[in-house]
Amino acid sequence: MNKPTPAAVPAAFNRDIKTIVNAGLQRRHAAERRFRSYGLIAISLGLLFVVLMFANIIAKGYPAFWQTYVQVPISFDPAVIDPQGIRDPAAIESADYAALVRAGMRRMFPAVEGRTELRALYALVSSDATYELQRRIHQNPALIGSSQEIWLLASATVDTLVKGNIDRTLDETERSVKDNQIGWVDKLQATGKIEKQFNTILFSGGDSREPEQAGIRGALMGSFYTLLITFLLSFPIGVATAVYLEEFAPKNRWTDLIEVNINNLAAVPSIVFGLLGLAVFINFFSLPRSAPLVGGLVLSLMTLPVIIIAGRAALTSVPPSIREAALGMGASKLQMVGHHVLPLAMPGMLTGSIIGMARALGESAPLLMIGMVAFIVDVPKGIMDPATVLPVQIYLWSDLPERAFVERTSAAIMVLLAFMVLMNGLAIILRKRFERRW
Amino acid sequence: MSTTIIETKSALDTALRPAAEAGKQSSLEVTDYDNRQTVGAITVDHPKMVCRNVNVYYGAKQALRNVGIDIGANQVIAFIGPSGCGKSTFLRCLNRMNDTIVTCRVTGQLKLDDEDIYAPVIDVVQLRARIGMVFQKPNPFPKSIYENVAYGPRIHGMVNTKAELDELVRASLERAGLLKEVDKRMNDPGTSLSGGQQQRLCIARAIAVNPEVILMDEPCSALDPIATAKIEELIDELRENYTIVIVTHSMQQAARVSQRTAYFHLGDLIEVGETDQIFTNPKHKLTEDYITGRFG
Ligand SMILES: Nc1ncnc2c1ncn2[C@@H]1O[C@H](COP(=O)(O)OP(=O)(O)OP(=O)(O)O)[C@@H](O)[C@H]1O
Ligand SMILES: [Mg+2]
Repeated sequence: MNKPTPAAVPAAFNRDIKTIVNAGLQRRHAAERRFRSYGLIAISLGLLFVVLMFANIIAKGYPAFWQTYVQVPISFDPAVIDPQGIRDPAAIESADYAALVRAGMRRMFPAVEGRTELRALYALVSSDATYELQRRIHQNPALIGSSQEIWLLASATVDTLVKGNIDRTLDETERSVKDNQIGWVDKLQATGKIEKQFNTILFSGGDSREPEQAGIRGALMGSFYTLLITFLLSFPIGVATAVYLEEFAPKNRWTDLIEVNINNLAAVPSIVFGLLGLAVFINFFSLPRSAPLVGGLVLSLMTLPVIIIAGRAALTSVPPSIREAALGMGASKLQMVGHHVLPLAMPGMLTGSIIGMARALGESAPLLMIGMVAFIVDVPKGIMDPATVLPVQIYLWSDLPERAFVERTSAAIMVLLAFMVLMNGLAIILRKRFERRW
Repeated sequence: MSTTIIETKSALDTALRPAAEAGKQSSLEVTDYDNRQTVGAITVDHPKMVCRNVNVYYGAKQALRNVGIDIGANQVIAFIGPSGCGKSTFLRCLNRMNDTIVTCRVTGQLKLDDEDIYAPVIDVVQLRARIGMVFQKPNPFPKSIYENVAYGPRIHGMVNTKAELDELVRASLERAGLLKEVDKRMNDPGTSLSGGQQQRLCIARAIAVNPEVILMDEPCSALDPIATAKIEELIDELRENYTIVIVTHSMQQAARVSQRTAYFHLGDLIEVGETDQIFTNPKHKLTEDYITGRFG
């Protein structure tokens, strides 16, 4: 044992450590307090803005969940619906239901006369009222000949008026409802013939030029199909790529290059993917414009790098001892990955994927490029039907001046946010479930 | 570093005193520190594995030079030597675990029952089923105790029915001396066991595929003396059915469990011999320095 000769004692060792530390203690504690208060201020500010944003959106959006209806006495006059009396379905379908609505309105206000006056009266109910009557007769032809009190959708201006969003003190020429209309609405309200009901159209209808008939169903289904495609493509491909790159690919210049490129792709502005989708999927492969299929493809391109990067991070965090244990048992590489590494990495991969999907759900810019911004009334029934998505629908509505659309914009934002929260909740639940397997 | 060696030395002195007194006079054959030729009998009568001229490189750096040694069937052979001398490296050559290290290159001959294990026709999957491994740190799978042991037989398709598998799992746990402790909690996670139990679970997992050779890399380094004693006892029992290679830093352990001992030094195999002889009558100066604690 050749012991090293003891080195000279450093000068610092001769000072008293207690007094030295004490001298600086005050300063250290102050720094800590300062840092903590900065943190508190930052968090409070952040929370404040979140609360403000939510309060603003909810305050604006919640009236949209209620919709004004007018109760109109309708007489299903056989002379109008079925003049020949032969109950021909085609004839019944194309009957003049608007005349029934007009007659009903006149019945409520018999004193109204003159073309302009009458037109103003008829404008109290939405154009959807006609279709409502048609639907009812279609469902139940036995109604022909009877008289019914029917709740008909009020027009958007009446709805806005009832919700108190029209300033009655303004000059008549400056508001969208005229004095006589206000008078009628007040009279109807006094007799309980106007009522706000839960707005089912918002959830069951497609887009429409008439705000009272506009719903987010079309956009929701569009988002659903688009995200379905995105998930079905990007999750398996992303996971497989991550596994291949992390576990199987040789580490050389080419894989380095691929890695750098994937990292770069994650940072590419999303609109670029939209342009790429336009050039490749629509112009080159001639896929239909505005289709969720194309939207899904484009969003997959955008989501893939996110999933791959999250997946690789999750894979590297699996302890090497598990891999050695599996290989030492004689497991093949694929068995090692499939039986041990992937299950352990799954929570991380899922979290990454769902965050990627949530980003895709909120994405609008690339979809504008591939025509998912069109005005589409029909609810898409598949991945090839023209569609739009929720964020784009919000963007479209936010451009419209009607008060009823302003409400609906906020309502749609609320729905979008609800889905975001739901997806994040799902991510947490899935992660918890997988993690319970140690 | 130096203190552990001193402790080890004094403990070893106590353990080996009678033997050491019997062969008091030094019988060193090689006193030259620079002579790195392997001394002692590298061959045995019934070799399970035969290794000749094994060189291992990590990139450009050579980690092992010209190692030649036989591993006797149904024997325990201990690899000892200072840290970084290449014990683990050599152990990992024996079941080709080094294949997983990209920079690692192995040359020379390594045979298992006259079969070259580095031959292109050899599948590592089959090889590693025949040569099991127990690692330094217990590394049970994050699955149930049962699943840990059942994993090997499952992937190799060793059993056809659930009953057979149950029997095999219980037998393996029994052999590893763990059955009594875990009988009631087969479905608990393997990671919920104590360190020593985990290591015995890993041994049970390794013997469940009925390997011919078991490699153990410092299996007791993370364990307390009682768990260590249990595992040493176990190794002694397992010798009946398996050939065992154990890397250890504890010379008492080597003395207690092994029949032969190989001393490595900085990438060279310095000395091989019967364990008694190595600890009482080392032939190489380096070996003597190491076991008497003069190294360092
Ligand atoms: N993966 C690796 N890449 C590069 N060099 C390595 C690698 N593994 C081991 N080495 C080197 O090979 C030499 C032998 O290492 P090895 O792990 O075999 O030592 P050891 O005898 O097992 O030591 P210890 O007793 O500390 O476990 C060391 O110099 C080490 O630095
Ligand atoms: Mg080692």
